[in-house]
Amino acid sequence: MTSIDPRASRIASAAQPLSTRRVGAIVLRNYYLFKGSWPRVLELIYWPTLEMVMWGFTSNYMATQSSMVAHAAGIFLGAALLWDVFLRGQLGISITFLEEIWSRNLGQMFITPLRPGEWLLSLLLLSAARVVIGVLPAALLAIPCYGYSVFSLGPVLFGFIMALMMMSWGIGIAVSAVILLNGPGSEGLAWLATFLLAPLSAVYYPVSSLPYWLQWVAFVLPSSHVFEGMRAMMFHDRIDWTNLAVAFALDLVYLAIGFLLFLRSFAAARKRGALLQTGE
Amino acid sequence: MGKTDTEMNKLILSYQIAPSERPRIERGRVSLLTPNLGPAIDVGLAVRRRSAVSSITMSLEPAIDVDALSKSFGKIVAVDRISFVVSAGTTIGLLGGNGAGKTTTIAMLLGLLTPDSGSIRLLGHDIRGDRFRALARLNFSSPYVELPHRLSVHENLNVFAHLYGVSRPAERIAELAHDLQFETLLDRRTGTLSAGQKTRVSLAKALINSPELLLLDEPTASLDPDTADWVRGYLETLRVRHGVTILLASHNMAEVERLCDSVLMMRGGRIVDRGTSDELIMRYGRDDLEGVFLAIARRDPGGAA
Repeated sequence: MTSIDPRASRIASAAQPLSTRRVGAIVLRNYYLFKGSWPRVLELIYWPTLEMVMWGFTSNYMATQSSMVAHAAGIFLGAALLWDVFLRGQLGISITFLEEIWSRNLGQMFITPLRPGEWLLSLLLLSAARVVIGVLPAALLAIPCYGYSVFSLGPVLFGFIMALMMMSWGIGIAVSAVILLNGPGSEGLAWLATFLLAPLSAVYYPVSSLPYWLQWVAFVLPSSHVFEGMRAMMFHDRIDWTNLAVAFALDLVYLAIGFLLFLRSFAAARKRGALLQTGE
Repeated sequence: MGKTDTEMNKLILSYQIAPSERPRIERGRVSLLTPNLGPAIDVGLAVRRRSAVSSITMSLEPAIDVDALSKSFGKIVAVDRISFVVSAGTTIGLLGGNGAGKTTTIAMLLGLLTPDSGSIRLLGHDIRGDRFRALARLNFSSPYVELPHRLSVHENLNVFAHLYGVSRPAERIAELAHDLQFETLLDRRTGTLSAGQKTRVSLAKALINSPELLLLDEPTASLDPDTADWVRGYLETLRVRHGVTILLASHNMAEVERLCDSVLMMRGGRIVDRGTSDELIMRYGRDDLEGVFLAIARRDPGGAA
């Protein structure tokens, strides 16, 4: 028969609003999931690499046709790689969330002392890990394949990456909130949200190419400021601090909205019993 | 929690506990240090006549204190102003047909569902404001709520051990695997286990944090008689040796008669009767609890017993 182990420290730990142990438990759960499934790891790397290959050849061709592209070699490759940071970041949140729904594990998790906020924090960490695992190999592969290094953007690259990841977190959390509220039938939103934002983010063209009224929509997207900043760096070799600052300011708004939406959605799910019923 | 010495003396006197067996007060808990509790002690808390252990810890708070609890989904009233108290260290059965409100009640106790009205205190914690402290001290198992299939048994248990802040997860998992006899399954994927094996693992998950309160939803459903009997025996041992309070929702009347000190009969979201199995059988003039169950399930809504 089992012995009763000391409970006092665990009860005290349960009272803490943020426990690295509980956040670590969710990270550990996902590590186990990936460790036991090589196709998941392969899929993480596959899409960004494929995207990089496609834009690499396109860039090579465009460089022979356009002096502008030849002047800023890698403009498309850089944009594609940065867009993948956003895409993988957002999917990192949404897919990790959906994994728990597919395995009907939400109820099991939330009868432990795990806080919704701790769970969200673990999703952010897992999203960052997915971005690194997915995009870094593609970025490194672009160097020997096309002679382009996204790292040539310099330290500002990390500002771009951070700004895009924060936006992806805000949107990923908001999408998860909507799925939690409406059930797994709405899981298609996880993919729709990001692809909907792609044309408005001015990834491969300047914001000025958009119709005037859409430029206003683009203005409230942190991603459009990042890509404008990237072009400023590549064409004029100058860091556009204003665009970067606006991107981060908008990111904070996105994150705040995402968190609030999720917490409200979680409370509504507890009221409706969605945590019990959510599953495939 | 936190009884004064005077209050404790009243408690001791009221239950006529011999001076040599008087409880030691420790942070609002009472420990009876006695080699043999004897047949006369029946305080309605953790102490049971059949307990033959050298040390039993009993809490002064009821393990579960539910008052006027209600929950509706639209126009459907799932739980309708139910109230009950479960003393620490006892096992209570929650009986009722499908849709009686058992699962909704358990979901509210677990904090997965917010009540419309009423209050729940678990192990002294009001779950509205102190849910997480309560959750650290209880656990739940149901054959209908499975662990993630793609993780191995050890991985699943390790994740939950970390979520509960278990101090030495590896040792705890090994201990449970030994007790519940699934040591050879630790590296198997959870999704590949048989129903009986899954039940053992699910029970291990429910015990990973050494809970003081265990909520079980049909723990032996879909198990063969041998495995089901083994699980019942394990639950009995758990209660007797460790004073774990158990709330058991079941459709197996023989199981409830064997394991439960008292029974709550639910119908249409209400508690329509309560008592020990013997009391209910006597009251309804039936041969066993199944007869009582059928009498309640088949009577007119609102009709007398």
